[in-house]
Amino acid sequence: MADALLATENLIKQFGGVTATDRLSLSVMEGELHAVIGPNGAGKTTLVAQLAGELAPSTGRIRFAGADITALGMAARARRGLARSFQIASLCREFSALDNVALAVQAQGGHGFRFWRAARADEALRAPARAVLAQVGLAGRQDVPAGLLAHGEQRQLELAMALAGKPRLLLLDEPMAGMGQADAALMIALLRTLKRRHAILLVEHDMDAVFALADRISVLVYGRCIATGAPEAIRADAAVRDAYLGEEAL
Amino acid sequence: MADAELASAPPRRAAMRSETALLVLGLAILVLAPLAAQLLGEPFYVRLFTRIVIMAIAAVSLDLILGYGGMVSFGHAAFVGIGAYVTGILAYHAASGEALTTWPIVIHGSQNAFIVWPAAIALAALAAFVIGLVSLRTTGIAFIMITLAFAQMLYFVVIALQKYGGEDGLQMSDRSRLFPLDLGDRLVFYYLVLAILVAVVAFCRRLVESHFGMVLRGCRQNERRMRAIGFPTYRYRLAAFVIAGALAGLAGILLANSQNYVSPADMAWTRSGELIVMVVLGGMGTAIGPVLGAAAYLLLELLLGSFTTHWQAIFGPILIVIVLFARRGLYGALAGRPTDG
Repeated sequence: MADALLATENLIKQFGGVTATDRLSLSVMEGELHAVIGPNGAGKTTLVAQLAGELAPSTGRIRFAGADITALGMAARARRGLARSFQIASLCREFSALDNVALAVQAQGGHGFRFWRAARADEALRAPARAVLAQVGLAGRQDVPAGLLAHGEQRQLELAMALAGKPRLLLLDEPMAGMGQADAALMIALLRTLKRRHAILLVEHDMDAVFALADRISVLVYGRCIATGAPEAIRADAAVRDAYLGEEAL
Repeated sequence: MADAELASAPPRRAAMRSETALLVLGLAILVLAPLAAQLLGEPFYVRLFTRIVIMAIAAVSLDLILGYGGMVSFGHAAFVGIGAYVTGILAYHAASGEALTTWPIVIHGSQNAFIVWPAAIALAALAAFVIGLVSLRTTGIAFIMITLAFAQMLYFVVIALQKYGGEDGLQMSDRSRLFPLDLGDRLVFYYLVLAILVAVVAFCRRLVESHFGMVLRGCRQNERRMRAIGFPTYRYRLAAFVIAGALAGLAGILLANSQNYVSPADMAWTRSGELIVMVVLGGMGTAIGPVLGAAAYLLLELLLGSFTTHWQAIFGPILIVIVLFARRGLYGALAGRPTDG
């Protein structure tokens, strides 16, 4: 645990009487792809919000790269290398795909308060942004406004924006949500290329994706982690079957 | 993909042509019409154009936060008023010879534009900083209400200043002195104001394309996303709010000088509303649209007002039609530039 890149320690989040996150201690190691699964209402979204800095936990702490980041906001965590993608594509819809990614590059370089030079002519932003777009397979779509991209493409752009800041850890909130079979297969292939290069915490519904990609899986039920282990161990775990997966899913 | 690009490229070029045509035509009118009016012995129209151009500066400054930044400030006239009152009060003390303050430092009145104007702009910027610091913690309706509340506070402060005329406003004996220009000359003053408008529009156009501007426009489209990629958005919005406040203060300075008079009406909430109407009518997020909006508003006020005192009953429906049918207002209808955020 000592050298985990990201770790939560006894994280608790309560909304009134409801405990959405219950004494959760999770970790993601360098280069690891750790998947979090769980039925609807298990607290996955609440967990992502706390890790990203959008929601403050009731108690417990979050450590990232050796520092306590519990008190940091979303922007500060992003600048430390904790990049997230949203479950529902969250983009600057009027800007082109390239503009969106260039902004993410700009954010990481801290080049915000420059008032004179035209940002769209700044190759220091555009070149890396184009490279990331090519990496996620959107090279030919760079000038299309983000709001006009197809659903699958918007998910790819989500991922590109997270990648653009050269993050140490990717926090991916259901990157396959709402995708058809073909798009999902492409996304799985894409995530496989990112494995090892980045530590990834993958929150996902799609079981095929999770078992194909994950090094380690944690199962969340009612805010509590009922099992953590390698995919084979999770597949065999009786408690997990009872609580969540169901006989036919395996 | 190809069809999207093919579909968007030619209209974009055509739109740029019509934008250039609009700019040339508009600038020609602004340069030549007051000159003609002066030569024909119609100084009223020089004053009218002066007022249009000054309101245009205020509207363009509002567009920076309203159109590009998505911040619906309902108190923008407060900054115009601060610029105007600093100019008026310093002029008052210059005329009376009495010091403005004696402790802890002695401040004398002044008519010197090189002193008065920077001071007025700085004070408007400072007010925008303080108001923005609080208001920008909120968004949506709450932001509209808080900016309105701050502006009303300043409005009543000004009314309470009996020494400076209270509700009646404050007469200025003379315009600021801006060596070597003679601002007392109607036409010289007009061309100075016009040059400032051109500079302000050019500055805003440049600003919104800069690194800072891209962040500001991104915040309007999706602030949560901007924070998620690492931008502390509050600071960027605050910076834009201060820049807009400073430019509105500049408009206030010019307003005070143009009418040789400052009045609480210059910072009433109705004036803030008029500025919003000018921006929306002309086209939000275009920087040039608000100039059209200011011109259209003041000309319609004059034209319709000559038929009836209830001119707003006619103006209202016209505004509704333009907002409904012309995306991006008059500017969108005339130049039709596709939006890019």
